[in-house]
Amino acid sequence: MNSALDEYRDVSPKGTVDFLYRLSDLVKGKSFLHLNAVRYGGGMSEVLRRLVPMMVSLGVEARWEVLAGTQEYFIVVNRMMNALQGRDEKITDDMYHTYSSIIERNAKALKLEADMVMVHDHQPAGLVDYRTNGCWLWRCHLDLAQPQRRAWTFLRRSVLKYDAAIFSLSGFAQRLPIPKFLVYPSIDPLSPKNREMGRSEITQIIDRLGIHRTKPMLLQVARFDRFKDPLGAIQAYRLVKKHHDCQLVLAGSGVMHDPEGEAVLAELRESAGRDSDIHVIQLPPEADLEINALQRSATVVLQKSIKEGFGLTVSEAMWKGKPVVGSTAGGIAAQIVDGVTGYVVHSVEGAGFRMRHLLNNPGLMNRMGAMAREHVRRNFLITRQLCDYLTLLKVLPAS
Amino acid sequence: MPIVPDAPFAFIGCSELQESIAHQADDEKELAELIEEVPLDSVHFHTHSYFLRHGLIEGTYPNDFAQWVVMQIGDHVLGERLAVIDPFDYPDLEDLREEIISIIDDHLSRTPIIPRVVFGQPFHFKRSRILEVPLGLEARTLQEFRDMVADIDVSTIYFHMFEAHFRLRREENDFSAWIRSRLGLLKLADRIRTINPYQGSLERLRSRLITVCDEFLTGDSARI
Repeated sequence: MNSALDEYRDVSPKGTVDFLYRLSDLVKGKSFLHLNAVRYGGGMSEVLRRLVPMMVSLGVEARWEVLAGTQEYFIVVNRMMNALQGRDEKITDDMYHTYSSIIERNAKALKLEADMVMVHDHQPAGLVDYRTNGCWLWRCHLDLAQPQRRAWTFLRRSVLKYDAAIFSLSGFAQRLPIPKFLVYPSIDPLSPKNREMGRSEITQIIDRLGIHRTKPMLLQVARFDRFKDPLGAIQAYRLVKKHHDCQLVLAGSGVMHDPEGEAVLAELRESAGRDSDIHVIQLPPEADLEINALQRSATVVLQKSIKEGFGLTVSEAMWKGKPVVGSTAGGIAAQIVDGVTGYVVHSVEGAGFRMRHLLNNPGLMNRMGAMAREHVRRNFLITRQLCDYLTLLKVLPAS
Repeated sequence: MPIVPDAPFAFIGCSELQESIAHQADDEKELAELIEEVPLDSVHFHTHSYFLRHGLIEGTYPNDFAQWVVMQIGDHVLGERLAVIDPFDYPDLEDLREEIISIIDDHLSRTPIIPRVVFGQPFHFKRSRILEVPLGLEARTLQEFRDMVADIDVSTIYFHMFEAHFRLRREENDFSAWIRSRLGLLKLADRIRTINPYQGSLERLRSRLITVCDEFLTGDSARI
């Protein structure tokens, strides 16, 4: 028996761990290389930290290499990310040259041979020019629905050299002449952000954050960013507040060195005014336990974004047995089964109406929360993503 | 007389890899046109493997087409008409495709405008590649079979009940075929063959299989 995977027996669906052992028999001894740009920070790294050891424990020669870049390179790839997701960014020819030279330098330093090479996002995508053997997959975590033309044209030249691309949602994909697979991202139920917590541990954190423990809590966990529509969340809360003595918690990571984030925060504070039941909480970058405790303490979780990536905070909350009221942005609607695990809404009024409805029906909230947890167990846990990657390794031939 | 099977039942699970195909519908007319055009694998994906992706949850519209016209277009009339289609009545996927198109065409002929997406998402056609995964579990008796069905990954039930019959075109589902040919339990086999797998989730299907086996094993065969 194998500990890295066996830890998931109690949290994954019945039979899943045994199924993964049998699936891994089909790919034992094959090599699988993940390539990305950062070792820490972000959901992708969080999952890879766990996923790669799991693959190794199943007999796959899995490795994870991280691109070495300069400060200038990271500024360029951040601008590229914004441009690929549709924001206005000016990227000069010199910047593209910086990108290409870092790729070339890394290609010389990294060992790129493997039966399957999965390159995550745009930062290392150019490494495909230096491919030798194996099947190369480009794993896109970004929303490419409306990219800036020039940035996408630059990246597309590299993407076409891959054997296939993988997107999180159909709607995130661009037209490409290579096969396009769909793999949902996932959460790790045993990570600090999602593991079980005792009542006293939760209480301690909630008290430290200065939140009432007795009032029903509406919660939105999201970066302080206009795309997350925190002002819309306040408006929806006010529609609920007329009927229920509840509180709203808006929790997100800090906005240091982010002028837009600071502006959003200022607007939020102004909008909250003197309402002591609105809590705007800035969390440090990896405040996993705080997020865990907040989600477990929430009565209803809201995700009111107007633009979103996949939005895994929805699955995190559902895993904790909470009904989620979410917008249609990004992957939010793909995670909520409308009317069963929560509600998909299209407006501030819709969000207010559904949250009010839930607060009026505690029994419904409990039923939806229980279904939400089961839905995540079957569709959005890391064990499912492991299954998808092992299947890719078996099904796709090396070109 | 004890029944001695001469070949065990070997359970096979499956893993599904979803693939996006370059077709997208923004209104109901486009939906019908594209259903006519896409590979049958895609029709199978949106009507059958829907169950694989919703192993537990019931009460939603039971295929992707019905789900989309209700959730994204807001056309409840067409959604209800598509939801009530029972794929069990159409063992041939081509027949199922024709039925779906005919329902949409009929609906559009009675509708003054073509309902389309305004605020929602377009319909993205997909198909899937199914990888068979032998589980290394073999049942030699009905009791062993029943106990293994209770514990296996739910994809195994999908594979033997849906894939075997409809995509691999076997005459009946693998469970009833084995119970008939190897255990010689004809009534039990008929009962399992006639279970409609589309009536509920895969977990409900698992429960029904266990219940039917238990009724037989406890001697309540009058109900079989």
